[in-house]
Amino acid sequence: MSARAAGAPSLQGVARCGSRLGRIMRLMFTANGLMSYLFLYAPILVLVIFSFNASRFVTDWAGFSLRWYAKLFDDAAMMAALKNSLIVAFASTLVSTLFGTMTALAMERYEFFGKLGLDALLYLPIIIPEISMAVMLLLFFILARIPLGITTIIISHIAFNISFVTVVVRARLAGMDRQLEEAAQDLYANELKTFWRVTLPLMMPGILAGALMAFTLSLDDFVITFFTAGVGSTTLPLRIYSMVKLGITPEINAVSTVLIAASMTLVLFSLLLQRERRTEKVRNI
Amino acid sequence: MGESIAVEVRSVTKRFPGPGSRPGSEVVAVDNVTLQILDGEFFSLLGPSGCGKTTTLRMIAGFEHPTSGEIYIHGKPMGLTPPYQRNTNMVFQNYALFPHMTVARNVAFGLEMRKVPKEEIERRVQEALAMVRLDGFGSRRPNQLSGGQQQRIALARALVNRPEVLLLDEPLGALDLKLRKEMQLELKTLQREVGITFIYVTHDQEEALTMSDRIAVMHQGRILQVGTPTEIYERPSCRFVADFIGETNFLEGTVQEQEESRVTVLVDGLLPVIAETDHRLPRGARVSVAVRPEKIRLVPEPVPGEHNTFEGRVEQVVYVGTATLFRVRLSPNVSLAIREQNIISTPDSRAYSWGVGGQVHVAWLYDAGRVLTD
Repeated sequence: MSARAAGAPSLQGVARCGSRLGRIMRLMFTANGLMSYLFLYAPILVLVIFSFNASRFVTDWAGFSLRWYAKLFDDAAMMAALKNSLIVAFASTLVSTLFGTMTALAMERYEFFGKLGLDALLYLPIIIPEISMAVMLLLFFILARIPLGITTIIISHIAFNISFVTVVVRARLAGMDRQLEEAAQDLYANELKTFWRVTLPLMMPGILAGALMAFTLSLDDFVITFFTAGVGSTTLPLRIYSMVKLGITPEINAVSTVLIAASMTLVLFSLLLQRERRTEKVRNI
Repeated sequence: MGESIAVEVRSVTKRFPGPGSRPGSEVVAVDNVTLQILDGEFFSLLGPSGCGKTTTLRMIAGFEHPTSGEIYIHGKPMGLTPPYQRNTNMVFQNYALFPHMTVARNVAFGLEMRKVPKEEIERRVQEALAMVRLDGFGSRRPNQLSGGQQQRIALARALVNRPEVLLLDEPLGALDLKLRKEMQLELKTLQREVGITFIYVTHDQEEALTMSDRIAVMHQGRILQVGTPTEIYERPSCRFVADFIGETNFLEGTVQEQEESRVTVLVDGLLPVIAETDHRLPRGARVSVAVRPEKIRLVPEPVPGEHNTFEGRVEQVVYVGTATLFRVRLSPNVSLAIREQNIISTPDSRAYSWGVGGQVHVAWLYDAGRVLTD
């Protein structure tokens, strides 16, 4: 094939391995992919690398060291923030998973008055700007005369996490075969036993995925937490923010690295659980 | 076969809220159905999709409740009894095996719910797996089995509980043709061995004819005919049954005279045809005569005595292996489908030729035609 013919911008031209244009196109696609990933992950990579920097200046590399990690765990304020973060994350995950799962069941399994409206409202915390939700929550707490502190943070996190848990659990429920529950009832299991023995085990991957997602979102949240936190209820992201205002130290790099690692692990678990579901489905076909 | 009644469906009607769920816009799924199913019987509910057969089965299982009427299982009215308190078990169309349990746990589920002692569960699960020829598969997961194997596990899971009645909702629908034929015979054999009443829902008329002791043909929520496969096939009660089960030629005409069960019908554009009926028919009533294609013979000469015989022209010849299908036109608006078994291996060796355009005579016994009034 002549080079002139290959010059036509056709799909065949791209697919044909031998042609010059095809080679260039494939190179560009690869470069595009690499650049996208570089753009996304290079800052994180730099941050992680410099968290192991021996120097106390962020931009000068002075050899490998774990001193900032050691300092991190000696920092009482930082540890208090971590403790707060974990309390908030666990409490809000627990409550939102429970309510989110029940909401998902109600939405998926029952018909009731106003279901359509509630369904739409459920997505609100996911789609509205976080800052609006933060302001609304703050106003609510002031109006309700609830003193700001760790309780208000937990309540706020529950408020947005319920939506996320519901969406994830509902997706799982929607893909579930209703006949399985009928089969259980046909085999002498009453409603309660059917739920424990069949419905709940089949929902479990969805519930766990939802819980992990809630935990991650709670752990990372800044905007809503910033508005609803009070004295002595500083969480890790808030602590980092206040430290950054005084200048970036390698300690911030270290704590960020820890947060990133924790988040990524949780998200990975969550994805694995949802992936399990998909392969299960594929095998059943 | 026992003479006691296993399941009785008495004047049962089921209405579902229609689309839009406005009051009054209801769909009648089952319309005043009455059935008596005997102990140990293989009973089929046969009909096209949407005829109400599955709804009827689901009402017997307890997943749906009749809008009016009552269902009795061994004489006990079921009322609103939930499925888990009924001694019936169901084999679902797509098996509905629990994906999070092993095969053995699936089969044991019903026994565990009934708190049967552990050793007995163990023994009965093994027996049930052996019965469906899947011993040794207990520790596998349902998704590691083929469709046919899953089907058998579903059967074992139901039968292990020794139900009074086994309900089967198109259980072979998802299998390929060859496996389906195998499973049909296997199911029938199994049913004879265990002696449990089977109620089988299907839209496949051949399947129903092959397996059933009796068949109920349903259409638009109503029962059109109940009878043995022979009765349903040879003496259909109405045009729908005749048309749905197998193939049929319909000859439209008016009743000329009736003598006992034998009726002379003046078929439009043709000479009189003599056929059978179970009813008293008034002179001049509009009827149709139904004749099965395999009951009509192609002959070189008119056949005397007890035969309807006409002359016609061959319009179409289709060779289908076991048989040859002919279409023969008797008059401008009457033509017949005829099925001739291929007894002779080469059609050319016949003394006469039935080629397209050839003049032939057709003949069928008076008994072969059924007069239908709708």
